[in-house]
Amino acid sequence: MRFGILVFPGSWSHQDFQHVLADVMGFEAREVWHKATSVTGFDCFILPGGFAHGDYLRAGAIARFSPVMPAVVRFAERGGLVLGSCNGFQILCEAGLLPGALLRNASLQYRCQWVHLRLESTATPFTAALTPGQMLRMPISHGEGRYHADPETLRRLNGEGRVIFRYCAPDGTLPPEANPNGSLEHIAGVCNARGNVLGLMPHPERAAEGVLGSEDGRLLFEGLLARALG
Amino acid sequence: MLQARVYITLKQGILDPQGDTVRSALQSLGFDGVADCRVGKFILLRLTESDRAKATARVEEMCRRLLANPVIEDFRFDLEETP
Repeated sequence: MRFGILVFPGSWSHQDFQHVLADVMGFEAREVWHKATSVTGFDCFILPGGFAHGDYLRAGAIARFSPVMPAVVRFAERGGLVLGSCNGFQILCEAGLLPGALLRNASLQYRCQWVHLRLESTATPFTAALTPGQMLRMPISHGEGRYHADPETLRRLNGEGRVIFRYCAPDGTLPPEANPNGSLEHIAGVCNARGNVLGLMPHPERAAEGVLGSEDGRLLFEGLLARALG
Repeated sequence: MLQARVYITLKQGILDPQGDTVRSALQSLGFDGVADCRVGKFILLRLTESDRAKATARVEEMCRRLLANPVIEDFRFDLEETP
C-alpha cells in the first residue's frame, strides 16, 4: 500500500502520519504538496490535521480549492481510499466528499483531550476488520468539531450505517458530558455512500504507539494491511 | 464603482454558542431586552464590474462557491455605488 499524505500550508499532522504509516507500520508513505496536480501511484490519500490556509473564512473552505483537490476528488469518485482526520475531515466536508459540516465547539473552547469512541459501523475498509461496539481511545485537538447535518442527511447516515464513530463514555454509553464538542448525536466520524472516504475529528496518528498512551489509531490501518496482504 | 456588502448568517435552528454568549454578556450589562442573538460574518467586496446585473450574478456565484457553506449558512448581499 502506498499512502499519499497531503500537505497544505498550515497542516500540522502530516509528519506524524508519515512517521506512523512508514516507520511504525511499514507502509510506503510520501508527503504530497497541495500544489501537485498529477498524483498517481497511490492507494490511499490522507488529509491530515492542522489549519490549512489558516482556516480563514471557514475551516477547510480555502483548502478544498487547492490545486491537488480535483485529483483527490477524481480518485475518491473512482473508489480510491481517502481518510481525513480533524482539519482533513473539515476539508472533505467542504469539498462535498462527505456530508455535513463542522461548526465551532458548543463550549467555544478549543478541546485537546483523550476521548473514547464507539465503533458504530464497519461500512468502510478502514474499519472492516473491527467489531461494531468496539471501543477505541484517541485524542482530539480542535476548536471546530461540532458535527452538523440536516435531519434528512442524518437519517440517511444512520440508516446506511455511515456513522462510523460516536464520542462515548468509557462504558460505551452516550451521556452529554462524553460529547466534547456538541456534535449532533455524538458523531465523531462518518463515511461516504460507497465507504471509501472516511472523516473523523480524532487523531489516529497520535494514538499509534504504546508510549503515547494508546495504539488504537493503528487499528484503522491494520485492516488495510491485512487486506493488502490478503 | 460597485461595492457588494455580503451578510452570512447561520441557518435557523443551528446552535450559535457565540451568539448565546454575546447575549448573556449584554444581559449582564443590563441590556435585558435581547431575546436572541446570532453572530454572522460581513464581507465587503469592491468590484471592478460596473454593470449591476452582471455584478449581482457574479457575487451570487461567489457566495455559493466559497463565501457561504450552504449546509450551515444563509447569505444575502446588496450592491452600492462607491466613489
